[in-house]
Amino acid sequence: MRTTLNVTSSPGKRDNVAYVFLLPWLIGFVTLTLGPVLASFYFSLTNYDLLSAPRFIGVANFTNIFSDPYFWTSLKVTLTYVAISVPLRLIVALLVAALVNKPIRGMSIYRALIYLPSLLGGSVGTAIGWQALFSQNGPIDQALGLVGIRGPIWLGNPNTALLVIILMTVWQFGSEMVVFMAGMKQIPVHLYEASVIDGAGLWTRFTKITLPILTPIIFFNLVMGTINSFMVFTQVYVITDGGPLNATLVYVLYLYEQGFQYFHMGYAAALAVLLFILIAIFTGVFFLTSRWWVKYDLY
Amino acid sequence: MKFHRTLVRHVVLIIVSFLMVYPVLWMFFASFKPEDQIFANPNLLPAHWTVSHYTESISGKAGINFGPMFLHSLEIALLVVVGSIFSGSITGFAFARMEFTARKFLFGFMLGTMMLPAQIVIIPQYIIFHRLSLVNTFVPLILPSFLGTGSFFIYLMVQFIRGIPKDLDEAASIDGCGPFRLFLHVIFPLTFPAIITISIFAFYWTWNDLFSQAIYLTNPNLFTVPIGLSSFLDNMGNSMWGDLFAMSIISLIPVLVVFVIFQRYLVEGIATQGLK
Repeated sequence: MRTTLNVTSSPGKRDNVAYVFLLPWLIGFVTLTLGPVLASFYFSLTNYDLLSAPRFIGVANFTNIFSDPYFWTSLKVTLTYVAISVPLRLIVALLVAALVNKPIRGMSIYRALIYLPSLLGGSVGTAIGWQALFSQNGPIDQALGLVGIRGPIWLGNPNTALLVIILMTVWQFGSEMVVFMAGMKQIPVHLYEASVIDGAGLWTRFTKITLPILTPIIFFNLVMGTINSFMVFTQVYVITDGGPLNATLVYVLYLYEQGFQYFHMGYAAALAVLLFILIAIFTGVFFLTSRWWVKYDLY
Repeated sequence: MKFHRTLVRHVVLIIVSFLMVYPVLWMFFASFKPEDQIFANPNLLPAHWTVSHYTESISGKAGINFGPMFLHSLEIALLVVVGSIFSGSITGFAFARMEFTARKFLFGFMLGTMMLPAQIVIIPQYIIFHRLSLVNTFVPLILPSFLGTGSFFIYLMVQFIRGIPKDLDEAASIDGCGPFRLFLHVIFPLTFPAIITISIFAFYWTWNDLFSQAIYLTNPNLFTVPIGLSSFLDNMGNSMWGDLFAMSIISLIPVLVVFVIFQRYLVEGIATQGLK
């Protein structure tokens, strides 16, 4: 039985038709993806401000980057952000998914409400709301005041500003939660029933049945979540603009400033190359270590 | 005992749900409060309701042209949806249904691009559009979607089309259907759920895309909602929160509408694609 389309018997003719369908993607891939990736490497070795031709300067951009305190700050801020927000978000998503994953009335309403931040969270409008929430004497401070706690100046204090951004990210755990819930639904009920007969409690069932089976999904969310959080930009641009005192200067914000406010295109390209390498390293490490904890085909 | 468990579950869920929606809920109610009451009044609900923030924002009295910005965002987002469906479906069809040399190779490349950070391509892309004098137009924001840069959408389509029974293909080709008609009249109409999913995500990501829009659109007459809102926030001082909230709420409405209408498809779409 033929499994793919066979227009005529000659491979040349088949190819031609396929390539017609592929033409837009091929054009896009070469000119907007592959080309630019290679070009970024090229531009990272130049000095280019868009006004005059690019000037080749070798690795000068990179040596400058490594002695640039703002680079190190942005790296530290971004790594802190990733290291805290990604695991936190996954854990909350897992726990709430386990909580919600029972056939109780109104479940779809709860799920929709918990998913709402994920939906709206990428919007500037929501970031504005978040900023207002944490402003001095804003609702959060007022609520804390009710229980007698004096809130810090969240967005003015370098120690708490990044926390506000992290909280906004964790608040959007709904999208991971939905994926986990779909995964949990596929776990055969008889596994749980058998374990209950053997005397397994709630926590044991969660850690010995649910978690191992979910590891592939956890892995997927971990990788995609990490890649995405390295690129955090909108919330920071809107809420703190990198401040106070660069406490929230995330990497992509610094790259944006260098490339599109100062038009140091070569320098920004070098920053992009380093980001690309950094993400590739993290992704590689995740994939390599996955064999130790990700289990497929458990049942 | 069971009732007790369920009750606790409900209470926890109600608290969690409330915390989830509170930020937006607070902003929603604040947009109807008189300016001096927004932070002074600790209650969630306004004591006096006012729609002046909304009327001022839409009429432009608030100091920015919110109406045109909204339309710009809408125009760009809708065109990106069209482009994504177009390039996603024809490319997906080719990968899912056609034999050609280098198919596995190209498919691997396509998958690889899904994990590329945007920043590694954005600078040369900007340079290209700059050389073509297309900065400060909507072209750089729309054209890529027609050229298949949304590899997530291609992947969605490939997975979906693979699920369409090949018997239909065979029946069609027995009737003398060539590949173009097969695609147009048989396969494409059947990909409706995938098209819905693509539309939702393409709309949503474009509507909220601050980075690309901020890069290409520096002319205030071309501003879109994300740029307009953040620039308003920067320039407004401390006395126009109400207007800002009104505009923010208005900017969230299209996203909410799309979500509410297509909710069923959305949850299915994420869940199944995430698993695969």
